[in-house]
Amino acid sequence: MEKMSGARSLMVALEKEGANIVFGLPGGANLPIYDELYKSNIRHILVRHEQSASHMADGFGRVSRRPGVCFATSGPGATNIVTGIATAQADSSPMIAVTGQVPTKMIGRDAFQESDIIGISNPIVKYAFQPMTVAEIPEVVKKAFYISSTGRPGPVLIDIPKDVQQNEAEVTFPSEVKIRGYHPWVDPDIREIERSIDMLLASERPVILAGGGVIISGAFAELQSIAEMLMIPVVTTFKGKGSFPENHPLSLGPIGMHGHAEANKIMVEADCVLACGSRFSDRSVGTFEEFEKNLKIIHMDVDPAEIGKNQTTHIAIVGDIKASLRIMVKMLIQKAIKREGDNPWLKRVNETREYFRQNLKLHSHPLGAAKVLRKLRETLPSQSIVTTEVGQHQMWASLFFDVIHPGTFFSSTGLGTMGWGFPAAIGAKAARPDVPVVDIAGEGSFNMTENSLAVSVLDDLPVIVFLLNNFSLGMVAQWQRTFYDRRMIGIDLKNCPDYVKLAESYGAQGIRAQSIDEIGKAVQTALKSNIATVIDIPIDPQEDVLPFVAPGTSLKDMILPS
Amino acid sequence: MWSIISVLVENKPGVLFKVTNLFRSRNYNIDSISVGITENPEFSRMTITTSADEKQLSQIVKQLDKMIDTVEVKLLDEKKSIYRELVLMKIKILKPSDVMEITDLANAFKCNVHDVRRSSIVVEITATPDRINAFEDLVRGYGILEIARTGMCALERGVGNES
Repeated sequence: MEKMSGARSLMVALEKEGANIVFGLPGGANLPIYDELYKSNIRHILVRHEQSASHMADGFGRVSRRPGVCFATSGPGATNIVTGIATAQADSSPMIAVTGQVPTKMIGRDAFQESDIIGISNPIVKYAFQPMTVAEIPEVVKKAFYISSTGRPGPVLIDIPKDVQQNEAEVTFPSEVKIRGYHPWVDPDIREIERSIDMLLASERPVILAGGGVIISGAFAELQSIAEMLMIPVVTTFKGKGSFPENHPLSLGPIGMHGHAEANKIMVEADCVLACGSRFSDRSVGTFEEFEKNLKIIHMDVDPAEIGKNQTTHIAIVGDIKASLRIMVKMLIQKAIKREGDNPWLKRVNETREYFRQNLKLHSHPLGAAKVLRKLRETLPSQSIVTTEVGQHQMWASLFFDVIHPGTFFSSTGLGTMGWGFPAAIGAKAARPDVPVVDIAGEGSFNMTENSLAVSVLDDLPVIVFLLNNFSLGMVAQWQRTFYDRRMIGIDLKNCPDYVKLAESYGAQGIRAQSIDEIGKAVQTALKSNIATVIDIPIDPQEDVLPFVAPGTSLKDMILPS
Repeated sequence: MWSIISVLVENKPGVLFKVTNLFRSRNYNIDSISVGITENPEFSRMTITTSADEKQLSQIVKQLDKMIDTVEVKLLDEKKSIYRELVLMKIKILKPSDVMEITDLANAFKCNVHDVRRSSIVVEITATPDRINAFEDLVRGYGILEIARTGMCALERGVGNES
């Protein structure tokens, strides 16, 4: 038992959970917390907008695979992080958001800067706490980290009224917590794994579909072993991009709306799929009914509610992906099961890949997306971490930027949050200062959180913004060209601002690169200089992202470049 | 076709909101809900009836189970459960003989009669939805002025495999 204030107990509890950095912005209702932050060893990153704090915590969480922490004050501070919380929830990212709240006596009286963040955030958090006494705080923090980081990870909100931050009380810090309605550890059913192996071996055209769950659980080695032992081609979801090295002979890349042509083609032809940590989102599989036709689905997921949600499964294995795949690897070794690569299906897979490699028409512009992103790949060390914004550039990154080192590619795939990539890259840099971090960006998306340049510069978290600038909201423009008979509205961003000057005004480095050669040089300069750098690359506003599976259609209806 | 879901939850503020918000956000409908404290004051039991197809129902149960504040979620089998609803019905009285007739019907349905007045009578019926509907049909001719229903309340029969 120790006597201390609520704010102090929060800080001690955070330190006990290993949190050494928080992203946030102070305000009236969380000043007691900041006063304790002043006295603690936790590093504070001052953001320019709370939304960025939540994205930074998200980026930090995805890369370090432990919850990133963000702070915001009550009212508008709290509502500003709602987008970040929703983004983390949609992509199962571990995050702890701590908001200040008006004093308990003022709650419900429409006080200044009061918002019902518990009510507002309910559908988009994994859980939310509102401790009403100081004594609750240590246990609440412990539970928050436990809930956020176990099972299917997600954001947890802790909303602390100002008087609860200020009051003093005797507190104890539990070393363990139990929550009777929460059972994140489920042992995968061994018999079902055995049946899966039989089903995969009995099938003629098996495919592995690797989702975000592989990255979250870090099951890269297990996935690769299984693919190699059974010689099964691997496609991924967009969230699962980079769960399997994209230069591996069995890799086909992401499926989906803007998936690789060969991945979509092979997915449609498959007769059995081992889906690992994928939720069969509409963007990945197209129409649900068409996808499951003539396909045997083995679904591994840590979240039982995902089983059968969008697709009918033949075998369901509930449990951590890494644990499930590890059991499968052991079984394959024990039974000495191996499949030869010399079979008609793999031949078909290789031919399909080769066909599209030879025949897929790429945009002819000298700064076509494929050329630009392949140059980035060529210049960037393979262990570098890459995030993306949301839009055309994101889908081009999916198509043309191969992830070599597993678990180094992150994007807002579920919610599709514009403005995510740059702050998330800063959070990633905080988690991994030893590797280069690049945000593959479009200017429309970058505009939304570009003021984080101040953070990247002042807090010594240098990231590279690789800006594919088409002077417009490119994805919307593409849809207006494709589905709205070229009635272009609300997409023209003009050439504003000048991103080189913008970067410079923040004390960052701005480089305009107007040829593939200049791009290579600019990336090298950025890598060497170790200061925040924006590389502004003027691309062709007319380039579409292709292939394209139109919404409401199936993967087999993929539109190819003509 | 309606189904009955019995949910044991943490008895604390906001849990009812979370459960109903889950139904709303995933576009499921609640036909009725009744909530009350259990033998252990730390828990409340919610009995929810919903009209959903089999696939939806399995999702509802899984999503409820996933909620951290739910301790146990059971889809009740009608044959293996006892389920009742309490309904208060205010019925119009036009002539003195109506009172006698309605009281007779009420007795036949084991209902309690309350608050007999010159122009209205209140009947309390606790029964399964089928019986409540049957009673409602019989008294509809007199004119039903107001109805209040509690929503279904249900328990599984027996303990463990006994049911």
